[in-house]
Amino acid sequence: MGEAAEKLAASDPLKVAEVSVETQLAVERFLHRQAEILDEKRWEEWLALFTPDGHYWMPAHEDQTDGDGVPNIFWENLDLMEMRIRRNNHPQAHSQAPNNRLCHVVSNVIIEDEAANGDIIARSRFHCAEYLRYDVRNFTGKYRHLLKKTDDGFRIRLQRADLVNREGPFEYVLQWWL
Amino acid sequence: MTWTNEEIAALVEPDRAHRKAYIDPDLFDLEMERIFENAWVYVGHESQVKNPGDYYLARIGRQPMMMTRDHNGEIHVLYNRCPHRGAQLCSARQGNAGRRIRCSYHAWMFNLDGSLDNIPAIDGYDGTALTIDGEDFQVQKAQRAANYRGFWFASLAEDGISLEEHLGEARTGFDQLIDRAPGGETEVVGECFHMVQHSNWKIFLENQLDASHPGATHESTGVAAMTIERDMRKAGEDPPMSYGFLSDFARLGIDGWGKFGTVGHPHGHCTLEGYMGLRPDDPDTNEYVKCMYDAYGEERAEEILGVNLHHSLIYPCMSIQPPLQQLRTIRPISPNRTMSEIWHFRLKDAPEAIYQRALGYYYLVNSPSTMVNADDLFNWWKVQHGLESQGGDWVSFHRNAGYDVIDGPLRKSPDGSMSEMPMRHMMHVWRDYMTANGKGA
Repeated sequence: MGEAAEKLAASDPLKVAEVSVETQLAVERFLHRQAEILDEKRWEEWLALFTPDGHYWMPAHEDQTDGDGVPNIFWENLDLMEMRIRRNNHPQAHSQAPNNRLCHVVSNVIIEDEAANGDIIARSRFHCAEYLRYDVRNFTGKYRHLLKKTDDGFRIRLQRADLVNREGPFEYVLQWWL
Repeated sequence: MTWTNEEIAALVEPDRAHRKAYIDPDLFDLEMERIFENAWVYVGHESQVKNPGDYYLARIGRQPMMMTRDHNGEIHVLYNRCPHRGAQLCSARQGNAGRRIRCSYHAWMFNLDGSLDNIPAIDGYDGTALTIDGEDFQVQKAQRAANYRGFWFASLAEDGISLEEHLGEARTGFDQLIDRAPGGETEVVGECFHMVQHSNWKIFLENQLDASHPGATHESTGVAAMTIERDMRKAGEDPPMSYGFLSDFARLGIDGWGKFGTVGHPHGHCTLEGYMGLRPDDPDTNEYVKCMYDAYGEERAEEILGVNLHHSLIYPCMSIQPPLQQLRTIRPISPNRTMSEIWHFRLKDAPEAIYQRALGYYYLVNSPSTMVNADDLFNWWKVQHGLESQGGDWVSFHRNAGYDVIDGPLRKSPDGSMSEMPMRHMMHVWRDYMTANGKGA
């Protein structure tokens, strides 16, 4: 992954960039739409949110600066995301039968950096309720997105999701991204 | 209810076990007393407390323990309890206490070996029964602590067989985790993952060498991984070797797992021969083999790499997969809740690619987002539900029952079978522990 993780690691996680209202709105719309795509299980659209080298990353520790080469809770490129989609939708994926429901709220969106080429680093907070096996679990944490500006809107080069309870214990396996 | 030894013994028959062994709270307490707070139980690897002052918490049965390293470099296993008013001493999972462990309540200070160093305003104890070196005022040590090549165990029984005798030939699992390192040392990587199983601890152990489950339980993951591998090859890409850990589940099918033999050892340990990751023929493995030759000489290196062992189950508490540098240990919480710690290791002086392969397995099979154990944990939870019902009293272990191959102290599955010998074997050892009045199995 290298470069995208380096960029995120090099960015000051408390910086607030001066951006236009249009940029702020465009980023918020993108993040809200991503959450909706995940909650609605629109998997083709989910994969299309990422650049071809994009990654979804949930580190096991706060001080991690890269997902490559170290233990993670999630560290998935498009191949692994596609594998997860096929697996969870397979008729014998009994731990997803009945399938779960996710409901995200994404908020506190702050643009950390806007590059000259329009690429964005944004941070936000999320809350996600998961309904599985007639029980609700709650997850919450911080997102940081490294977004690439394209002619067709933003694409995710790297999404980092830091759970508040990343050290566990985990009561159950996380089968979908949060 | 109060259980007599006769009633407990009646729960285990040659080819089946009674459901009450998995669900009864009183039996669970007896298990903690007679097995987990009696037998040798895994605490942790020495690399978890690398530096003087380091501590790492562990649970043995119902007892909160900690592994510490003192300032002479010695490792100790202590009860995590202040002898003053009983407060827990260390509350973070791990850390460094510095020169002394300081109780947060009244600032009593202890050395890392548990001995009382000082008490603030100690003159208040003048003329009382408290003395600084009095036995009652030291942090209590595990009754016995011992390590096998850096893997630390403790037994909370004063007497019993030695750790080496307990492990017997099953210790090969640890040897393999160390000897497969060209540098002759192994160490844990990072912190472990903690996962709660909503099922009885025995169900975890029974699953480990259950050859007839992977093709069924993990079919969805196997098929998904296989189709991704196929698509990548079509696109001219090489799928990572770690995807093969998943696609194997589909490739071998439900009945293709009989070629891997299982062995039951004294004291309940079990081993699985063969299977994945042992000696693939790829540039990374070949470079690793060369490192092994350079370190040990060809003959010894081949002897190490030729050990036919995929999996060691150390009763009652752990499962090791040396060729993939994985270790899981379980901490029972209640009849239907079991905490697991999931570790992986780096082999000293092995090429980075060998670590990355272990990491690939750690992620895909053992992480909190695993596409493999997700289905295992769920099946175990469903088993627990079923055993709590009155729809039947017995758990069947009939597959190849009566056909074990006895080889000295070892009990082996017949060739080409997916025998349920390991489950039968463990339940018989369980009965022995449970009816031996604390004397071990």
